[in-house]
Amino acid sequence: MKVNVLHLAKLVNMPLKPGESEKLQAGFDSTLKAVDELKKLPTAKTKSTFQVTKLQNVWREDIPQPERGFTQKQALSQAKKTYQGYFLVPRVIDDEA
Amino acid sequence: MRLNQLTVIEARAGLKAKKFSVVELATACLVQIKAVDKKLHAFLTLNDRILDQAKKLDQSGDDGRPLWGIPFAIKDNFLTEGLRTTASAKVLDNFVPQYSATVYKKLIEAGALCLGKTNMDAWAHGSSTETSDYGSTLNPWNTKYLPGGSSGGSAAAVAADMCLFGIGSETAGSVRQPAAWCGVTGFKPTYGRVSRYGVVAMASSTDSPGPLTKTVADAALITKIIAGHDVYDATTSPRPVEINPNSLQGENLKGKIIALPKEYLIGEASGLILEAVKVFESAGAQVKPVTLMDPQFTIAVYTIIQRCEVSSNLARYDGIRFGHDRSSFSYEAKNRSLLGAFSLSTGYFDQYYKKAQQVRTMIIDEFDRLFKQFDFYLAPISPGPALPLGASKTSAMFGELQDVLVEPSSIAGLTGLSVPCGIISGLPIGLQITGAQFDEQKILQVGHWYQQQTKWHLEKPKL
Repeated sequence: MKVNVLHLAKLVNMPLKPGESEKLQAGFDSTLKAVDELKKLPTAKTKSTFQVTKLQNVWREDIPQPERGFTQKQALSQAKKTYQGYFLVPRVIDDEA
Repeated sequence: MRLNQLTVIEARAGLKAKKFSVVELATACLVQIKAVDKKLHAFLTLNDRILDQAKKLDQSGDDGRPLWGIPFAIKDNFLTEGLRTTASAKVLDNFVPQYSATVYKKLIEAGALCLGKTNMDAWAHGSSTETSDYGSTLNPWNTKYLPGGSSGGSAAAVAADMCLFGIGSETAGSVRQPAAWCGVTGFKPTYGRVSRYGVVAMASSTDSPGPLTKTVADAALITKIIAGHDVYDATTSPRPVEINPNSLQGENLKGKIIALPKEYLIGEASGLILEAVKVFESAGAQVKPVTLMDPQFTIAVYTIIQRCEVSSNLARYDGIRFGHDRSSFSYEAKNRSLLGAFSLSTGYFDQYYKKAQQVRTMIIDEFDRLFKQFDFYLAPISPGPALPLGASKTSAMFGELQDVLVEPSSIAGLTGLSVPCGIISGLPIGLQITGAQFDEQKILQVGHWYQQQTKWHLEKPKL
């Protein structure tokens, strides 16, 4: 299995430093080789577990929980850039139609 | 004995009897932090308001709350309103949370005082504390060695008596393994017994907060306070909390049937585990060897599940609402995010993530069968004592390899203790006492009983 590290880094938006892609590549090769051991176990009839204590369908009333709501000031308190009471985000849409 | 060396239970008795004040107790911890933390680097951020908070408690008087006046240290992945929280990651270097984790809130409501935030592997990605973006914590028993991780800062802080108790969190061994390497008691409650709300997420399907303490009796007291259903964490169990720290005494081992997994007796720790087994046998327990799935398979299951969940959890950090942008991520976070994204991608999902979740079911089924016949199992926490500084850099799967003997219990959401059971070359070894889901009270009673029979938990590092 060959993982395309540079393509993956782009997909998960993780900027790499010089030399990191080679190190990641070597680590992935050894890690995937180790996890391939699982192929030895027959699981065709085994169900997957996603919740270990077997809780399911946990719902709550669709009502506001004001005790854990933020004021606008609190919500913005950690933002690097704000504009007139809003978060300022990087532009993601091009000018061209 | 200095005040910072007391257990929680001893300190509460002393405060109640007015033998010392909260200010004196908090000051003793601050003096010890000043004396030894330059060397150990257990704390990242100190609470500079603690003496004012202590003064206020002294002025209003002991109101009987279970942790009234007790100073503690908390791992830096628990959000603490108004107190910087980084998860040891530079991405969050400037993050001051606007709200608190449920665990922290419950401790403060119980009257405890936060000394500060402790070092950890960045994002909890590791078992050494060496991957912290702020530099490693060192082991109080020998500063050339690692404290373990990821809750290494809390473990070192407890071992060096910088606090009365610490809080950690584990995904697979991150409370119990540093507890073992630093010679303190560590307790992992059942998955969903303690709320994850406000804890910087690592692998959401196994993350479990838990205490690091000087005794099992203290661990029971703290767990009772932090456990319980939380409306803000849908994975917490609605079952009532059946932990009673006042009824730990009187455990009778006679007739108990204990499993000793043969596959787990690896490494130099196993000799001391067999010594511990004799303590149980001499009290009338039957200890029987059993065969469980080769832990090598659980390394593979854990590696896949953990990296997939990390990849999803770290996707949220964009530096817009808080913290810095994604260029601040350090190597290990990239390693785990990328491999997780790969394992979840179209064409590989069945081969990796689905397969791991199926084998997870096999591990759970195996433990279900085990606990029908046995009360609990005994094993080493780690194959050996703490490893030297730099060891985590030798393998892309260092953490998984160190936690091989606790990973199965984490994958299955079980509850387990780490208690000191001996010393090899001047470094402590931890005994694992692990039971079925929601068997907290039984495991704590057994651990307390073990600490009544042995004195290993009283051994202290020479600082």
